[in-house]
Amino acid sequence: MGSYIPSTPEEQKEMLSAAGFDSFNGLFSQIPESVRLSRLLDLPQGLSELEVRRKMTAIASENKVFPTVFRGAGAYRHYIPAAVTRITANETFLTAYTPYQAEISQGILQSIFEYQTMICELTGMEVSNASVYDGANAAAEAAAMCRDRGRTTVYVSAASHPDTIRTIRTYAFGADTQVCLVPEKDGATDASALKDLLEQDKTAACFFLQQPNYFGTIEDAAALGEIAHAAGAKFIMGCNPISLAVLKTPAECGADVAVGEGQPFGMPLGFGGPYLGFMACKKAMMRRLPGRIVGQTSDDAGNRAFVLTLQAREQHIRREKALSNICSNEALCALTASVYLSTMGPDGLRAAAEQCYSKAHYAAKKIGAVKGFELKNQTEFFHEFVTACPNVQKTLELLERHGILGGLPLPDGGLLWCVTECNFKEEIDRLAELLEEAEQE
Amino acid sequence: MNLIFEESRAGRGCTILPACDVPETALPQQFARKAPLRLPQLSENDLSRHYSALAKRSFGVNDGFYPLGSCTMKYNPKINEEMAALPGFTEIHPLQPAHTAQGCLKVLHLAEKFLCEITGMDEMVFQPAAGAHGEYTGLLLIKAWHHSRGDQKRTKIIVPDSAHGTNPASAAMAGYTIVNIPSGPDGCVDLEALKKAVGDDTAGLMLTNPNTLGLFDKNILQITQIVHEAGGLCFYDGANLNAVVGVARPGDMGFDVIHLNLHKTFSTPHGGGGPGGAAVGCKSSLAPFLPVPRVAEHDGKFYLDDNRPQSIGSVKSFYGNFLVIVRALTYLLTLGKEGVPQVAENAVLNANYLMALLKKRYQVAYDVPCMHEFVLSLQDLKDSCGVTAMDVAKSMQDLEMHPPTMYFPLIVHEALMIEPTETESKETLDRAAEALLELYEKALANPEAMHRAPERRVIGRPDEVEAARHPVVKYEYDS
Repeated sequence: MGSYIPSTPEEQKEMLSAAGFDSFNGLFSQIPESVRLSRLLDLPQGLSELEVRRKMTAIASENKVFPTVFRGAGAYRHYIPAAVTRITANETFLTAYTPYQAEISQGILQSIFEYQTMICELTGMEVSNASVYDGANAAAEAAAMCRDRGRTTVYVSAASHPDTIRTIRTYAFGADTQVCLVPEKDGATDASALKDLLEQDKTAACFFLQQPNYFGTIEDAAALGEIAHAAGAKFIMGCNPISLAVLKTPAECGADVAVGEGQPFGMPLGFGGPYLGFMACKKAMMRRLPGRIVGQTSDDAGNRAFVLTLQAREQHIRREKALSNICSNEALCALTASVYLSTMGPDGLRAAAEQCYSKAHYAAKKIGAVKGFELKNQTEFFHEFVTACPNVQKTLELLERHGILGGLPLPDGGLLWCVTECNFKEEIDRLAELLEEAEQE
Repeated sequence: MNLIFEESRAGRGCTILPACDVPETALPQQFARKAPLRLPQLSENDLSRHYSALAKRSFGVNDGFYPLGSCTMKYNPKINEEMAALPGFTEIHPLQPAHTAQGCLKVLHLAEKFLCEITGMDEMVFQPAAGAHGEYTGLLLIKAWHHSRGDQKRTKIIVPDSAHGTNPASAAMAGYTIVNIPSGPDGCVDLEALKKAVGDDTAGLMLTNPNTLGLFDKNILQITQIVHEAGGLCFYDGANLNAVVGVARPGDMGFDVIHLNLHKTFSTPHGGGGPGGAAVGCKSSLAPFLPVPRVAEHDGKFYLDDNRPQSIGSVKSFYGNFLVIVRALTYLLTLGKEGVPQVAENAVLNANYLMALLKKRYQVAYDVPCMHEFVLSLQDLKDSCGVTAMDVAKSMQDLEMHPPTMYFPLIVHEALMIEPTETESKETLDRAAEALLELYEKALANPEAMHRAPERRVIGRPDEVEAARHPVVKYEYDS
């Protein structure tokens, strides 16, 4: 059995007696006898470290690691520089708590301040928080930020990630408010439908748009944002972070709040988490932004100092009047994103984004040329796109046999493909050849 | 020290990506970013040193004693980290077909099975990312359950005044009105007040147990009974489960829903504020409402079940902070059936031992045997020499200890809430007690020095009022 308890049986006896007890049993005298467990838990025997390693490694080997991935849909395989993995494994970063005690936590506070700055730079926004749980959760929190008196209905583009839509709906169930889906047409959000819907509704709080959308399309965000604003609703953009290096910023598109899934910034796929919800807004909405925010100030001697600030928004001060209940966030993931962005630098991040774009367009041309795999939409796209597929199961099984995780099957029978800087030309060419094969079989 | 932006020099950087190996396609101008992309430009060496310097200006469990009450800052085992870094877990796409992700699904399945056994619940999910997120999820289950019975009039959640701030905040987000009930003179729920508070508008009760005073509520069975008889459900805030793992189970105390913090009781690291991981468990009557997708088993194969028409939906993407769950499972496999109760025994022993040592000088808020933590009240000290809980906490920083939780719970004046955890040795506790007792004498002898603390950290006490009045929340480039 493994254990991390340092006290020896003799020490335990000594400590028990110093505290006025004669046995461990006495320590639990407050617990009513009828709810005391009178048996050992039905768990396996404890294991030594060597045995645990063997067991967990065996479980991990029941998964298939695909050498080649052409699937995204909310979780992306990008290259993670060695510096990112090694620096963020630092034990102090790993084992510290939320930096409530500023003097002993300046390093972590400064890292969050730097993260906030980078998120503001990428999005063009003026204030960023220290992170929320993930992209879908950030979208739901952003929608909650925009609710104001009579304005409570959240409009969401149907071309958003299904998990994001579902999460916004779940939060709306909590808040007893309504969610209205804005239809998608030919791979993009239907602007005229948005206009019609908003014109008839004085309760619209906000409109959420994913950019690029779930199908990879680069939306005409500025135009959609204008429609939202004209109806008195706030405009929230959910952005792919890599695309922010090259696409118009949310600020340039007129967004009031910018959120997104930060996983592409140095976090592994990890079967869905931990990921990073980033969240930034215009200064006017700063006091409605949920979560931790680090601010700069000084100490008595005039040294630059960082603290958790604007805490009057938060649950530990406001309790039920707080804007959000968030306490723990995704701090280490935010640190990961900062280290990633600093390692890539402006040129590296732009290169990653441009390669995603070029390679996705190369792949779309190759795949789209295969009979039966025509591109479904004629819209401009970033690094994801949808094609038809004559036989989804057969195609994906063939690719799997060759170590390739193919596009994600969509309910309408198409495949949603993703190409990143990690996909080399040979892989894309090989993919196209295999699709030819699948088609001919 | 400099901000990373101040270390940046144009033209520096790391070489990470090769040249593009396909014909380049240019993004049409109408979609292109106009703002400059200002990110740090550093060599890898300078980058590495910058973050090492930041780490040195921080304090983790690996750096010293960390008795932060209610946060359960126990040791974070190394093997957990290595298992969470196995490519067989890190490289798995969340939308891979189930037959290629059997190992990941098995992790979720085993963690659910073990934690159901530990808590006495029937089903458990891991989608929520942190404790507060778990509270919120649990409350939505309660709401969905009442609604499914056509009972829409239950609009109130009862929360004792000793609760963490997240409890009332979570209940408000779930659309509830909060009814605060006071604690009795013994620090436990006042049964009479509870009886008066419940009614046909009661959706449920949220109870942290042991509570934030470190006390196990001796009337726990009466409490759940009173709420059930009024038609409400009982939510167990498992933030403090470390005190009772393997000793008593919330499911046996009448609770219908529970959340656990994997980053407290189950040894996963706090990461400077996250990522945490939460598990939400419930009795089978509430299971249809759990978030989707759920892990299910058929013919010895695991799959993800999205078809739960009564589900509340999702509180985030995918299945939770999966790599955190890998760490927690590694920990449970290590400890096993004998190791788990020893955690609670030693956590409670360490707290009582340290409390006994400190009682020689300090006033304990509730002078009865505690569970995993206890609360000191420094009101007497403040009255006698003006030294506050804050002063003592800040002075501890100079002694290479992380301060306890300050000014919480709100019902204790000048509170210091101390949770040593089971992974601290007797010598560490002895040294901490000695240091705190010395600080007490120092406070009486030289209160001025205590007001100046800390004096040996990289900054003195920061001006928080200025930070809030004139918020500077990002670096301003000279443009």
